[in-house]
Amino acid sequence: MVKKIGLVVLLIAFIAFPQVFSNPAVTTIAIFTLMYATATTAWNIFSGYTGYIALGHAAFFGIGSYAIALMCLNWHIPGGYIPFLLVPVAGLIAAAFAVPVGWISLRTRKHTFVVITIAIFFIMQPMAFNLRSITNGSTGLSLPIPTGWGGTYFNFPFYYVALAMLVFALGVSWWIRNSKYGLGLLAIRDDEDRALGLGVKTGSSKLIAFVISAFFVGMVGALHAYFQESIYPAFAFDPLFDIAIALMGFLGGMGTLSGPILGAIILEPTQRYFTMQFSANGYYLIIYGALFLAIILLLPEGVVPTANKYWLKWKAFRERTKNVSNESDDGKGKVRP
Amino acid sequence: MKLIVEAIITGILTGGIYALMASGLTLIFGVMDIINVGQGALVILGAYLSYALQVNFHVDLFWGLLITMPAMFLLGLLLEWAFIRPLKRDRPTLSILVTFAIAMIIEGILGIVFTNNIVQLHSWYVDASFQIGDYYLAYIYVLSFILSIVLLGGLYLLLYRTKFGYSLLASMQNRTAAQLIGIDVEKVSAITFGIGVSLAAAGGMAYGATFAFNPGSLYDLISRLLVIIILGGMGSLRGALIASVGMLVIEDATAVVLSPVWATTVFFLLLIIIMVFRPQGLFGQLEGRKQ
Repeated sequence: MVKKIGLVVLLIAFIAFPQVFSNPAVTTIAIFTLMYATATTAWNIFSGYTGYIALGHAAFFGIGSYAIALMCLNWHIPGGYIPFLLVPVAGLIAAAFAVPVGWISLRTRKHTFVVITIAIFFIMQPMAFNLRSITNGSTGLSLPIPTGWGGTYFNFPFYYVALAMLVFALGVSWWIRNSKYGLGLLAIRDDEDRALGLGVKTGSSKLIAFVISAFFVGMVGALHAYFQESIYPAFAFDPLFDIAIALMGFLGGMGTLSGPILGAIILEPTQRYFTMQFSANGYYLIIYGALFLAIILLLPEGVVPTANKYWLKWKAFRERTKNVSNESDDGKGKVRP
Repeated sequence: MKLIVEAIITGILTGGIYALMASGLTLIFGVMDIINVGQGALVILGAYLSYALQVNFHVDLFWGLLITMPAMFLLGLLLEWAFIRPLKRDRPTLSILVTFAIAMIIEGILGIVFTNNIVQLHSWYVDASFQIGDYYLAYIYVLSFILSIVLLGGLYLLLYRTKFGYSLLASMQNRTAAQLIGIDVEKVSAITFGIGVSLAAAGGMAYGATFAFNPGSLYDLISRLLVIIILGGMGSLRGALIASVGMLVIEDATAVVLSPVWATTVFFLLLIIIMVFRPQGLFGQLEGRKQ
């Protein structure tokens, strides 16, 4: 009950956020944070639940970006609310790409899989540069400029669409976590051969999770492109995106629901701040890399599982001391959920 | 036709350079079960060290290796001790992230110290060339190929003719069993990492003399190196050698026949095709249960 009320309060806080802090600089960071939270949640659906670390999701991000840009240009769609409707379509296109990609890369096991996903990313990136007739090469493409709202409110529709995407992704993630299908994925993470032996359809389970996560990452790419109003191969297919979402997932806690969102909320504003402070030189890379090392070496399990562990320990300790001090009250702590 | 023959010759010679860098990577994977994504950054670091020695102290590129290779060996020991050894849980995955972070830090430092301008190593044997038939080839290609053969031959002797080599191969085959028969696997791992990194230094010198580079080159480099070791079969030295030569030959031949922009794409596509039929790579062993 407390949990449900907390969630509702949190959702209201997220909805009210741009109304309270309407400064465009703040809402821009908030939009990026929500988009990264969605992408990390999606990445977690595959990598967190199955234990297969994918480092090539920037490919789907790029496909989503290019898909929406090409749809807007070829169908002469004006800026406004219509491109938002194309965001899920771009996600579906990315998901369609993910089917053959996932089918090939998931033939390999854990370590090789990581490397294959990196390789796939490096196949897609030069394509964006080289297929000039479609992607316009390194000049990039521009999207329609949103009209119909403006000024302080410019960011608002993007914020709410990003928030809706996050809620949708989180809902799917929650459903998978609590379904029989999700249990199968977790079994794959723990011991794939045994899961196969027990009748989990490992191949199709992994592929479906991969495609679902590509769908959301493609949507994030599409929204990102529309928000930025133009795309270039180097930004649509950015290797740092791969690393950013993996880092956010690790920081928050792999395989948890709230972990990826927490990771994005901690890291994305920090990253924006560092980029603003030290944009033109290598200090930004050094700080980011050092942060990365510190997280992995000090908190290898992530914030949420570590916090959970300490919470359980503390609760057990409190119960024990209570039972010792007040024998007649015994068992009271156990009834509580 | 003549162009293709030329492409094959340069492909084989530059393939030797890639073999140097890839052998370090595959060796580290074989012994320690970790993927050193930072190998690309370490190669570029090696290239910049040679560059710094040459520009500031006028040290010849090849003699400079006598300084850079031991220095990078020590750096490898340090990195292994500080960042790889503390990883107790889920090592293969976390090591990828850790070494990527190391690569980012190296890229940042190189960007500050040497700026992001593109440089190339120069010496008389880089600029001068000789003639085979009616085709000109810079001396550096042949010299770096010889360097690769010497170093890889040394590596072969170290692995198959010394006691350390036997303990390394034993740790590669079965870590736990090697520990049980009294091999200090931690020490072997540290030294292997050092050897891998010092091979990156040598590879970096050869790379810097044959290609222009800047700190951002590491992304291109690591993607190729990873593809080479997957294609050869992870942990297989022989596979890494054959895959690097094969990759460079195909790339150069595509550049001649089709167009240079498609050279890398063709190679990556080849990787995908081979993965469909042989997921373990050309010389790799099937990944079974490792528990």
